[in-house]
Amino acid sequence: MNMPTIKSLEDLKRIREEALQKRDIKTAEARAQIVVAMGTPGIAAGARDTLKEFLTIIEERNLTDILVRQTGNMGLDSLEPVVQVILDGVTTTYGRVTPFAARQIMEKHILGGAVVTEYVIPA
Amino acid sequence: MKEISLHLLDLAENSVSAHAKAVRIDVNEDFRGDRLTVSVADDGVGMDDEMVKQVVDPFYTSRTTRKVGLGIPLLKSSAEACNGGLEIISKPGTGTRVEALFKHSHIDRMPLGDIASTFLTLTIGHPEIHWIFTYRYNPPFKGSPRVFEFDDQPIKDTLDGFPLTHPGVIAYVRTTLEEGIAEARK
Repeated sequence: MNMPTIKSLEDLKRIREEALQKRDIKTAEARAQIVVAMGTPGIAAGARDTLKEFLTIIEERNLTDILVRQTGNMGLDSLEPVVQVILDGVTTTYGRVTPFAARQIMEKHILGGAVVTEYVIPA
Repeated sequence: MKEISLHLLDLAENSVSAHAKAVRIDVNEDFRGDRLTVSVADDGVGMDDEMVKQVVDPFYTSRTTRKVGLGIPLLKSSAEACNGGLEIISKPGTGTRVEALFKHSHIDRMPLGDIASTFLTLTIGHPEIHWIFTYRYNPPFKGSPRVFEFDDQPIKDTLDGFPLTHPGVIAYVRTTLEEGIAEARK
């Protein structure tokens, strides 16, 4: 779990080569995608800390098959921060995703396979 | 919005929506001159004068109704409440630059906040954009101004299409930003 400290671009190159050798991840083949809505209402509701929590968990647990990206306003202002999880081709939209909720979603849904119903925004 | 760093995230998100390829964010904490200046400059689609007016003033009427948020008007009023102001320079087809100035010591000035987190989420969350961040710190009494610059292009060149959400890459970007900013503030 403990990763060696990465201090230079050379280290970064090594990480990349090792990962490619192990076929850890390919751009098109991430198992899960996490999309955080980062429009003005999302940011005001704390979306930056939510996204950072996902990144922190990825670092902590050394998860190599998850993509995280951010997008503009999804138009669900009263339910911000809004996060979409795309897991094995299935999209789930979550609302009011605090850093606490982000950890629940990561552990139960993305790692455990069970949708965290209390935060799901019905389609 | 509780922090200036969150406004920067909001402005950067506007740049992404404006189809920017490269975005430059500058933060200048000038204690000696008692000024705090932040700016976001992009090479996106840009705006004409009419649209700039509309972006700054949500109640400004114009024939075309465009979807504009309240981020910029809020930042403008915060800056003006702190003996500063907000300026937008934009040209269709060329890009946009938004700059906000605050009196650093003003009692009502919102905190700069966690700029390392703003830079980290932008770099990882928008890998399609070329990000250049500069943090300047001019100490209050003695010592010369310090500059930390972060350009994500060498990282992307090294990774050569490899995803930035790899834990090792996140760790590298995060520590580079956190330590670089902390070092400039020493």
